[in-house]
Amino acid sequence: MQIGRVIGGVVATRKQPGFDGITLLLVQPLGPSREPQGRPIVAVDSVGAGVGEDVFFVRGKEASFPFHPTEVPADAGIVGILDYWTLGER
Amino acid sequence: MLLARIVGTVVATRKDPRLVGSKMLLARAVDPDGKNEGNHLVAIDTVDAGVGDTVLIVSGSSARMAVGMKDMPVDAVVVGVVDHVDVPE
Repeated sequence: MQIGRVIGGVVATRKQPGFDGITLLLVQPLGPSREPQGRPIVAVDSVGAGVGEDVFFVRGKEASFPFHPTEVPADAGIVGILDYWTLGER
Repeated sequence: MLLARIVGTVVATRKDPRLVGSKMLLARAVDPDGKNEGNHLVAIDTVDAGVGDTVLIVSGSSARMAVGMKDMPVDAVVVGVVDHVDVPE
């Protein structure tokens, strides 16, 4: 899993049927100093995350598992909202 | 999934037989604002996308979960045409 921040949403009317009713969010992956790392990605949301929240997300086929048995053709999915996170000494 | 813009089409006569009849597009990754274009990639179209469209592309083995892509030798599939991207400042 990787940590990222939700920075927006994506709207697509014409899409694969597996995405029906599923929220697509724009996630900026974060580095250890909470700095943006790489290009934002589009992830499916199964936990009700919102803009500004830090989340952790999975990449790969596992992104579709929360929606089982619906086959969602997703390669990135938010699976948790972070309350807080620390690095190193408290 | 990555945001990309369709920048061209790809035609190949000799290819894996399972790809016969698939529409292949040339896409280029973009930032949410549509700028800072990145890598080019070839993706199979499932949503009738065209040149100039901003699209969603699913990569890797997840690509084969798209309708019609089962057992296909593909790792990038266009699964949505993006209407708009909302990035509140």
